[in-house]
Amino acid sequence: MTPEIEVIAPGLHTTVQDAGRIGFQDVGLPASGPLDRVSLRLANALVGNPPGAPALEMLLQGPTLAVLADSVRIALVGGDADIAIGFDRMRVVPAGRSVRLVRGDVFRVRGFGDSVCAYLAIEGGPDISPLLGSASTYVRSGIGGFHGRALRSGDRVPLALATVDVRDEHALSRPVELALEQPVRVVLGPQRDYFTDDAVATLLSSDYVISNQADRMGYRLEGPALAHAKGYNIVSDGTVVGAIQVPGSGQPIILMVDNQTTGGYPKIATVISADIPVVGRRKPGRAIRFVAVDVPAALRLRGEQEAAIRRDIENFRRVAKTGEIDLAALYTENLVSGVASALD
Amino acid sequence: MTVRFLPCGDTAVTVEFGDRIDRVVSEAVLRLNAFVRAANLPGVVETVPTFRSLTVHYDPLAADTASLIPEIEKLIDHGRGEAKPSKLWRVPACYATSHAPDLADVAHRTGLAADEIVRLHSTTSFHIYMLGFAPGYPYMGDLPDAMALPRRTDPRTRVPAGSIAIAGAMTAVYPVESPGGWHLIGATPIRLFDPRWPRPALFNPGDAVRFEPISEREFDAIRAAVAADTYRVACESVTG
Repeated sequence: MTPEIEVIAPGLHTTVQDAGRIGFQDVGLPASGPLDRVSLRLANALVGNPPGAPALEMLLQGPTLAVLADSVRIALVGGDADIAIGFDRMRVVPAGRSVRLVRGDVFRVRGFGDSVCAYLAIEGGPDISPLLGSASTYVRSGIGGFHGRALRSGDRVPLALATVDVRDEHALSRPVELALEQPVRVVLGPQRDYFTDDAVATLLSSDYVISNQADRMGYRLEGPALAHAKGYNIVSDGTVVGAIQVPGSGQPIILMVDNQTTGGYPKIATVISADIPVVGRRKPGRAIRFVAVDVPAALRLRGEQEAAIRRDIENFRRVAKTGEIDLAALYTENLVSGVASALD
Repeated sequence: MTVRFLPCGDTAVTVEFGDRIDRVVSEAVLRLNAFVRAANLPGVVETVPTFRSLTVHYDPLAADTASLIPEIEKLIDHGRGEAKPSKLWRVPACYATSHAPDLADVAHRTGLAADEIVRLHSTTSFHIYMLGFAPGYPYMGDLPDAMALPRRTDPRTRVPAGSIAIAGAMTAVYPVESPGGWHLIGATPIRLFDPRWPRPALFNPGDAVRFEPISEREFDAIRAAVAADTYRVACESVTG
């Protein structure tokens, strides 16, 4: 019998994403991949997967899934989400630790808190053949992932592994920093010269709010309009994830991972790669403030972020395997009231 | 030609040759594209040629960004004046009313007879400047001036796959059903984009395209052959 995960309820927008589809932007196909590559990578590491393995990206609301395999190991990373397993005798596993489940277990991914996105990694991953080198889903063109679309109720996603070992589980030593208040760092350009100096000053000194028109293609912002110096149409050129394009309305749009690969609006600035996950997580209604850095600083920040992720993975806590008492986990999971005082 | 290097954050640099749609600019972009691809510069992950610039995407953790721009500059100098081989595609095109919902309107707006529009469109050899907007969508030019029209004021929410469209100096074929604001003057039964192909787009930037008129009956026959995977689009190598 094929090992599978069955979708009882799909959540709002749950797709398979891996490191992304590289090499086809010149034919108009964006890389896709995760909005928050840091959380995807940590989730994969918690279950022992390679960094770019496919996992489930969940936006705003998580799915309810049933295990149709002898056993699976899963880990959730993102916001304040947790996993509620079972109904009558519900176990709750917080984000940031792996857990082994067995056939028949039903689990719900609950409340993301302040994050748009959360990632559910599965040891061995979903069994999805890469399309053009990637398992990432590009829903707009129906390409990749699980039948090119978001999951629906009744879907059965095949898994690569039918069973997983009983072993110590892993947990993050510190939660992922959502960086909700952190200014988002940008490099000015590529079309800095299409904007007045006032527009650049406005961009760097105002609060912009993420509007409800925010999806994997782009986050439309609301705030003081940015004035163009030479009109708002340019001859189309290449775009990157993080480009802040400004159409005629003067309201900026941050292009995200399903971006159109070329565009005809000038781009005043570009969010640095280290801060794409910071923007990716931030919810509609939240503010963004921008601060300018140069390219060498952006590269250094990305290098520092990479080192921090590696440190986080090296510093995973070992958590006693299922069946053994793990007081620390019991405490954090808040399963047993009074545990803390009883130990004092 | 003045070349500018425009930073796109810390993941790409756009090498800009001009700010207009122009064959000379396009040739320079496509030449550099070929040279950058062949050079295998460390950390460069992909390149995207557009009308007037080449965007070179790199991995910020792997690229030697200090030497990237000087290396690209060397390639620009190296590439001057050389011709690049490309392909000429012969694309079957049905201009019958059933496949050309806007042909009469285009005739009305341009003052040209519908037959004359078809003749002009099917006797021009088009240059593919770039692919973008949607996967596999080719921007091709240049249309004769007499046919140039602004985009429709009311874009369609659904344009059928295979629709042949015009706007401004450009013509295109919609590879998949999508929204679109261009004028539809015909349709091709061939497939331009298929994610199952190792290179998912039939055309590459720099290729040439000629549209060859077919009847509705031929359209249906070719479409059936395409569905059965037994049709090959006629193509020859040319040195541009």
